[in-house]
Amino acid sequence: MRRAFNTLVVALFALLFASIAVTYTEQQTLPQLAAGYVKLIPEELGAPNVITGILLTYRGFDTLGEVAVLFMVAAGLGLVLGDSTRRRDAVPAESGAIVPSTELVRNGAAILFPLISIFAAYIIMNGHLSAGGGFQGGAIIASSVMLLLLANPEYLVDHDFLGVTESLAGVLYVLTGIAGLIFAGGFLDSRMLPLGQFGAFFSAGAIPIISVLLGIKVGCELSVIIDRFRG
Amino acid sequence: MSNLPISNIVLATGFILVLIGLWGILTHRNILRIIIGFSLIDTGIHIVIVSIGYVTNGTAPIIDRALSPSEAPSRAVDPIPSALVVTAIVIGMAVTAIMLAYAIRLYKSKKTLSIDAFTESKW
Repeated sequence: MRRAFNTLVVALFALLFASIAVTYTEQQTLPQLAAGYVKLIPEELGAPNVITGILLTYRGFDTLGEVAVLFMVAAGLGLVLGDSTRRRDAVPAESGAIVPSTELVRNGAAILFPLISIFAAYIIMNGHLSAGGGFQGGAIIASSVMLLLLANPEYLVDHDFLGVTESLAGVLYVLTGIAGLIFAGGFLDSRMLPLGQFGAFFSAGAIPIISVLLGIKVGCELSVIIDRFRG
Repeated sequence: MSNLPISNIVLATGFILVLIGLWGILTHRNILRIIIGFSLIDTGIHIVIVSIGYVTNGTAPIIDRALSPSEAPSRAVDPIPSALVVTAIVIGMAVTAIMLAYAIRLYKSKKTLSIDAFTESKW
């Protein structure tokens, strides 16, 4: 009975999806809005990467909201999983059987950690020039923290440091947005700084600055989220 | 077969992933497997959104040596679905994290991850 119902539901969805997939015709030209973005972002913002231009300037306010969602998740996990400082004291007593990782694993992680961090910085700083940006680089930072936690389970993540850094990046992000309101056309308008030479490292106005702040904020938030799951 | 548009193939792949995830959610009784099903649906929808943004013979909307600003509007793919998917990936990850946290709490309360043990909120 249950199996038949499941099969029916999935089959109906499959029918619906199949009709969409078969009748869908590929776009031959860009829609008007997209063509406008592709034309305007290199011209007005001086950013070669159109997607970064959309995310950080034209839809910058949405990105700010998205970072707020990440912050709420980090805070919500603290609420759901309980106070991490109290739990940390309780862990050694109940799970004394944790075998410390070998020297090889710990040294390997110690060598890889700075390399991954440099890669993350590269991804963040090239967000306006090539594929990359704050979110992607922040995720790579968090992955390096994850590596540290896996290689050395006793490693204590400094929550105070992460919290202060993250809040600071958030405040600076909002201040950058307000500066855009004062010195340029609107909230988070990246044209408040000179656009510079197209394709150069320091170009595209305030987009690299916003990208760095976003990367730091996302990296801290994701690190906190990962650390919360350690139990 | 060779003239099948690539966006239809990718669209179908995304839909198949969604169906696999849906099947997983409906048939499995373990909460962790249900969460994995959710993640599969998530990924499938991302693939569907990206495939909708594809323009025939388009390339990534990044202006560089391979794509001059003048020919970009005719050769670049739609950047809006790509920007949307960056957002969707982050939100999907946040939702997965919240689901896993609740799974941990549920396990602590009943010492099992089977959905059959949680009958209080069943209507």
